[in-house]
This record gives sequence, structure tokens and C-alpha cells, in this order.
Amino acid sequence: MIEIRGLVKAFGSRLVLRGITLHISAGEFVTLVGPNGAGKTTLMRILATLSRPTAGQVLLGGCDLTQDPMRARHMIGLVSHRTLLYDDLSGEQNLLFYAQLYDVTRPKMRVEELLRQMGLWGRQRDPVSTYSRGMQQRLAIARALLHNPPILLLDEPDTGLDRHAAMTLGALLRQTDLGRRTVLMTTHNLEYAAAWGERAAILVNGRIVFQVNRSKIDLATLRAQYDHYASSA
Amino acid sequence: MHHLRKILAIVAKDLAAELRTREMLGAMFVFALLVIFIFNFAFELRAENQRALAPGVLWVAITFSGMLGLSRSFIREKDRGSLEGLLLAPVDRGVIFLGKMLGNALFIAVIDFIVLPVFVVLFNIPVTALPPLAVIAVLGTIGLSGVGTLFSAMAVHTRAREVLLPVLLFPLIVPVILSAVKLSAAVIDNLPFAEAQQWLSLLLAFDIVFAVLSFLFFDYVVEE
Repeated sequence: MIEIRGLVKAFGSRLVLRGITLHISAGEFVTLVGPNGAGKTTLMRILATLSRPTAGQVLLGGCDLTQDPMRARHMIGLVSHRTLLYDDLSGEQNLLFYAQLYDVTRPKMRVEELLRQMGLWGRQRDPVSTYSRGMQQRLAIARALLHNPPILLLDEPDTGLDRHAAMTLGALLRQTDLGRRTVLMTTHNLEYAAAWGERAAILVNGRIVFQVNRSKIDLATLRAQYDHYASSA
Repeated sequence: MHHLRKILAIVAKDLAAELRTREMLGAMFVFALLVIFIFNFAFELRAENQRALAPGVLWVAITFSGMLGLSRSFIREKDRGSLEGLLLAPVDRGVIFLGKMLGNALFIAVIDFIVLPVFVVLFNIPVTALPPLAVIAVLGTIGLSGVGTLFSAMAVHTRAREVLLPVLLFPLIVPVILSAVKLSAAVIDNLPFAEAQQWLSLLLAFDIVFAVLSFLFFDYVVEE
């Protein structure tokens, strides 16, 4: 579902991604961990069509990202550490606005369904600025799922959340039909990386240096591998 | 129709967000009034020089207050991360530009229509001049918001964004301001239409050229 081949991204003379190759099958949940500056967010921005690669190719469901970004955008839902929401609008107004942009059929029904699913029904008319960080992040997930995308990109969605809110987020992500979606999540938290994904990968200095199936690794081993690669960077 | 619906959705979203806080319209309104009042008092206008200075005062008020709105337009999107949300949607970048431009034009036009009657009263201008002045204000506002929306999107990625926008924008909109001032002066002086026609043509031409060029360049400006 996600095919990344020799992906390179440079900002001027600075190489941020140095030839990433990664294949994620349909329905697979892959977590990507790495230290600050490893290139996680840059990779996510490219996959989300917010940034163009310098070299290499990215295929989403067979669609080349640079050739047909509009089609690719229909397939992507992005949850980032920033909510991408309008603080001055209510949760309902935010979702209805995005539903119009994504041509969602029966937008009111879909918005109500998602707000209920995220436990935000009852606060739907309140401005987003009055929501707690956890509630805002749940609304961000609802926004990302509005158009029912087959691919979900989670860019450090746990940032700024306390442990309880992060666990709620994890439970929600597992609840919301993720079995049908392909998910790539970046995080700093090795515990979540080991627990939430089916495969974990380590990104250091713009390269994927380690990949393993969750069934073949425990948290302590993942942590040891992470420390090894991060310290040698 | 498909694109128009999305353009209107962006305008409606900006309007709804502004109506909830009223922070931008309020600041623009107060600023425009202050400019008109300050010029009025500072020049201690006498009857004979009022008409010569009035068009310039009007357009200083409109452009400077418009600048406040334009600078906030993308800062609001950028600071809250919602610009990425917009760019992430399967919507042509030109549609986003037109939605933001129409929203900006709407906010500036609201200020125009509030400020014009005050301007007419303070500068002793015949009330009959109001309708043609309103038309000129709308035309000038379209020119200002077209290129202003593009430069607002460009400046938002820089650190000195609020300073950079007027520095980039004012030199470019000189033809719009010049023709709008000349047209306003012609209306206030009750000159025949033929004498002002060339300025009207210039203003219309710049409105169209600026809007089309800004529409075309917007994609490059928002792309990283």
C-alpha cells in the first residue's frame, strides 16, 4: 500500500533523508522511531504531499505521489502533533468544513458518527480552544478519518499528551477500524512503538537502520537497538 | 460549481472564525477610523484644501487597515497548523487561493463600507459621491486583496512576517492606490467620467492581472 523507493530529501546542501526504502503492506501498522532530527517529520510531510521529494519515488496504493498528488490526498489521513484544527471554530464546524473540502457524502451524519465515536458528542458546539489537549487530539483523529482514507499517517500523535490521554489515543486508534487501514506512525515513545505497531523501524540520520516484526522483539531489545543506533549517529 | 462550493466553504470558515472573535475586523475598523480622524485633525483642513487631500487620506486608511487584515490572514492558519490541513485536502491550490482572497476582500470591503460614510461627513463631501466611491473602494479592495493574499502566504513562512508583508506589498500595489486615488478625486471633484476613464481602465487591468498572476503563483508559494 505504501512503497517508498530510494527517497531523498535535501534542504539546500543539507540531506535530511538519505535514500529511504520501505514497503508497507495493506492493513499493516508500522511504527517509526528515531531521535530528534532523524527525518521522521520530513518523511511524513512527503508522504502527506506537503513537501516534494528531492529524489526517489513514493507510491500510495499504486499512485505516484508526485505525479498525482490530488488522488494521493484522497487516500491519506494525517494526524500530527499539531491538530490542524481551527481553535475559534467548534468541533462540529471544523469537521463540517473539512467534510466539504473532502466531498464527504452526508457530511452531517458522518460528523456526528465520528464525534460520538471519539467521545466528543455533547461538546460539539464548543470552540476547540476550550477542549483539553487530549480532546483536541481525538478531534484531530476524527478529522483525519472523515473521508475514510485507506492510509493513516500518525506523526508523533502522542506529543503533549499525558500517559492516560496517550493510552486513550492508542485505544481509539485500535478501535477505529484500523484493521482495514494501513498505518505509519512516528513516535519518540519506544513503549508505544513496541505495543501499537506490527512492525517497528528505527530511523537515524535520514536512513532506516533497523526493522523488525513486533512478534520477534520485546521492548527491552528494541530499546537496546535504539540506543545503539542513536548513540552511533 | 464543484470548485465554487469549496471556495465558498473557505470564505464561510474564515467568516465564522472571525465572527466568533471579531479580533481582526475590530482592529481594522478602529485603525481605519483613527487614520481618518488623525489626518483630519493634523491637517486642520480648510475648505479649499479638503478635496485635494481627502482621496489620499481615504486610501491610506483603506490600504493600511487592509494590511492588518491581510497579515493576519495566513498567520492565523500557520500558527494553528490549519494551513497544513488546508493543503492536505484534495483541493486545487488555486481554489484555496480564491477562497482566502475572497475572504480577505470581504473583510476589507466591510471596513470600506463602514469608513466611507464617516469619511464623507468629516471631509464635507457630498453624499451623492458615496455610491461611486463605494464602487471604487470595491475595485481597489480586489486589487489589494489579490496580490496581498499571495504575499501574505509568502511572508508567513518568514520570521519577520508582519514587517515583511508591507515592505513587499506596498511597492507592488502603487498602481492600484494611484488609480484609486485619482478616481476618488475625480468623483469628489465631480469631473466628467471621460477624464477618469483611463484610471478606471488601469485599476481594472491591475485587478485582473494581479488576481490571475497571484492565482498562478500561489501553488509555488505554499509548496515547501
